[in-house]
Amino acid sequence: MSVGYEPWSADRAAQIIASHRDMAGATMPILHAIQEAFGFVPEPVVPMIAESLNLSRAEVHGVVTFYHDFRREPPGRHVIKLCAAEACQAMGATALAAYAEQKLGIEMGETSPDGRVTLEPIYCLGLCACAPSGLVDGRLVGRLDRTAIDELAAEANR
Amino acid sequence: MSTARIFVPNDATAIACGADRVARTLADALAARGVQIDIVRNGSRGLFWLEPLLEVETPAGRVGYGPVTPADIDGLLAAGLLDGQAHPLCVGLVEEIPYLKKQTRLTFARCGIIDPLSLDDYTAHDGYKGLAKAVEIGPAAIVEEVFQSGLRGRGGAGFPTGIKWRTVAGAPADQKYIVCNADEGDSGTFADRMIMEADPFCLIEGMTIAGIAVGATKGFVYCRSEYPLSLIVMEKAIAIARRAGLLGPNVAGSGYAFDIEMRMGAGAYVCGEETALLDSLEGKRGIVRAKPPLPAFKGLFGRPTVINNLISLATVPVILEKGGAFYKDFGMGRSRGTMPIQLAGNIKYGGLFETAFGISLGELVNEIGGGTASGRPVRAVQAGGPLGAYLPVHQFDTPFDYEAFAAKDALIGHGGITVFDDTVDMAQMARFAMEFCSHESCGKCTPCRIGSTRGKETLDKIIAGERREANLAILTDLCQTMKLGSLCALGGFTPYPVMSALTHFPEDFGVAPKLPAAAE
Repeated sequence: MSVGYEPWSADRAAQIIASHRDMAGATMPILHAIQEAFGFVPEPVVPMIAESLNLSRAEVHGVVTFYHDFRREPPGRHVIKLCAAEACQAMGATALAAYAEQKLGIEMGETSPDGRVTLEPIYCLGLCACAPSGLVDGRLVGRLDRTAIDELAAEANR
Repeated sequence: MSTARIFVPNDATAIACGADRVARTLADALAARGVQIDIVRNGSRGLFWLEPLLEVETPAGRVGYGPVTPADIDGLLAAGLLDGQAHPLCVGLVEEIPYLKKQTRLTFARCGIIDPLSLDDYTAHDGYKGLAKAVEIGPAAIVEEVFQSGLRGRGGAGFPTGIKWRTVAGAPADQKYIVCNADEGDSGTFADRMIMEADPFCLIEGMTIAGIAVGATKGFVYCRSEYPLSLIVMEKAIAIARRAGLLGPNVAGSGYAFDIEMRMGAGAYVCGEETALLDSLEGKRGIVRAKPPLPAFKGLFGRPTVINNLISLATVPVILEKGGAFYKDFGMGRSRGTMPIQLAGNIKYGGLFETAFGISLGELVNEIGGGTASGRPVRAVQAGGPLGAYLPVHQFDTPFDYEAFAAKDALIGHGGITVFDDTVDMAQMARFAMEFCSHESCGKCTPCRIGSTRGKETLDKIIAGERREANLAILTDLCQTMKLGSLCALGGFTPYPVMSALTHFPEDFGVAPKLPAAAE
């Protein structure tokens, strides 16, 4: 799912903003739609949203930067999110995350220099009874172990 | 056999364990054999160690097989899966599985049984009976019924739902709102997710009843982005309800108007706090508001708002259908009705266990949950999510009840129980609690924003053995400040996991256990 984003286009962004602007509290739905289209929230979209919703740029910037989900840089072609919350920790998630870092050669929160893969922590997917769990390119995965990480890493490097 | 159906859950846990691949493989295998049989994507029963749990309708009842992998399908069909025949993966009649049989399913009565997106299935299983009753008795009587049921907020605060509704009902306004808090961020919980994926109409019905009760015509479900499947199922269910006239200007011909919109969070844990959630819904940073004014008077967009946890709202239909007195008959003390308890983490039989309040923690963890998944001894459980206390085994006699937990400096929160075995390092868990708080703090109040960062640093020093006594005193003082001085439960409750870890597991902090109370 992290592959196939649209290239940045101000026209397309304007279209997305226009189709959501009449919703009550439109900022979040607009930002989600922008990120779904472009893979991240490009800087030029901030003043566009501000103008459309009659907000200050600072207010929109504040929203973009408050929420962990909104990216200000494009993600890697594959995004691997591993749950770091307590239930997954109880099943060895911390050691597994370290293994994934070593396997992918990047640290949590980083994208590989070749742009292939982004590795991130996520705090709970509600898969607490099949821990450790993760979200890989939008796909839910549970009962993760080193073998599963090896497969995910191989998939990401393909 | 032509009328029988096969069920493969469309539930996030089941899918994470391969349910989609199982469903595809099964469909292909049936097609190759020329067998015409409906595969229903139900929700989960909540017996997660069995997922993907495949069920087949037989004259005797639904027979289950699990956990099934795509590689098992051919063997299952050869063994007579379609007739519910024996196979090593067969778990027999699903309703007879003790884990399920011992439960009292009121809120989760339909979960895993029905096709989540079939209104016919929903109404055939008592769906919309609560709404019919609500329309018949009218707003004031609905509020009274909910009040009489003793239902308390299932998000964790435990505030009586009936009182909240009564306040909003009495607040004059041109527009009122029902907001469903589906920002289920606590690790170890998945009850909201299960309802959205397994029985979405139940939430829709509950919110509709709430709307009629207080005079609100618009509802929002604020669902976290970490629940992508829940969002999809809910959107579909809302569209179906709208088409059937169960949402819209004239709900089920009652003359009442009510509609619902889904909204997605963006990864901020603090938005599970009701006032931060309201700000987020308004399109702002999820910053906690000072109370008063209460959301009941000035909530979403400044209007009177009922903001309830998803489970509270999803429990309303059964309360209306069977009456407040029926619901109140379950439970103990001031904790009335049932609670969906979620067994998670390092546990053999993880899943959802709905039962009347009063069951002991030990029974839940050891007898129902079967102890740890790793087979090692249980050392601690965290009850109530990241802001809940760690309880040691010697407190396992504590009954599951709001007040009994509070008396032990713990909380039941949203009903999650996360089990840890004896390999856990409790000092690291305490550090994680502070780190998580610093990561998720909205930043409005100083005790939470600064306290959590200093708490993490202080714990690092304690773990490194640096001026341990002095730093433990600082940590204790800091926790007290956070507890008393924070604006909301994030900063206010983070001391629970930290101090409980220190109190019950001092040896992990390099401190000799309490008796005798000597300096190290």
